Amino acid sequence: MQLRYALFVLLLCSTVLASGCSTLGVKPWQHDVLSREEMQLNSDPLDAAIDDHVYFSKEASSGGRSFAGGGCGCN
Amino acid sequence: MKRAIRWALICVWLSCRLAHGADPIDLKAFRGRVVYLDFWASWCVPCRQSFPWMQILKTHYEKQGLEILAINLDQNRGDADRFLGRFHPTFEVRFDPQGKSAEQFKVQGMPTSVVIDRHGVVRFTHIGFRPVDQTAYENELRRVLAEE
Repeated sequence: MQLRYALFVLLLCSTVLASGCSTLGVKPWQHDVLSREEMQLNSDPLDAAIDDHVYFSKEASSGGRSFAGGGCGCN
Repeated sequence: MKRAIRWALICVWLSCRLAHGADPIDLKAFRGRVVYLDFWASWCVPCRQSFPWMQILKTHYEKQGLEILAINLDQNRGDADRFLGRFHPTFEVRFDPQGKSAEQFKVQGMPTSVVIDRHGVVRFTHIGFRPVDQTAYENELRRVLAEE
C-alpha cells in the first residue's frame, strides 16, 4: 500500500515536472521587455562607471561588474 | 489500483496541456497558396529593411499565389502601430503579444521568416534579415511558387 502510494506520487511529480523547464529563460521576442529602464540590473550606470574607475585606481584591478549589453538579439 | 491509473492518466493529460497549447495560427486557411510568414517587432532594426522588401514581394508575386503574413510580437501595441504608420504595409499583419505563434514556430531570433508551400509544409526558415540575402530568399520563393 505504501509502495503503491509512493509510486503514484512519483508518477504525479514526474509528469508535471516534465514540462517545468520549458518556460525558463527569456524568449527572443521578449528582448524589448528586457531592455526597459526598470529592467536594468544597474539603477545608476554612470555612478557604477565612476565607482569602477575608483576601484581600478585603488586596487589595480577591474571588472567583476556586470553590464547591460547583448544588444537586441536581432540578426 | 483503478483509481491510481485514472489519476495517472489525468496527470499525463494535464502535463500535455501545460506543455503545448492550441496552435494559434491556422495555416489550413492558406492551403493552395505559398505563405511567407514573418515574425517582427517594432524594436527590431532589420525589420525596417525587411518591410519594404516584403511589400515589393507582395506586388510582384501575389498573383502567383504568394500570401505574406506578418506577425507582430510587441508587448506594447502602440509601438507596433507607430512602426506600421511609418511603413504602411498592404500585406496582412496580425498581433500576438503573448508570443503563442512564435512558440508554435520555435522562433529563435528576430526577425524570423518561414516559407510554407501550397501543401502547408515548411520549406525554409530564415533567422535574421540582411539585404545581401534578398536575392537568395527571392529565388527560393520563386522556386516554391513554381511548384504545384
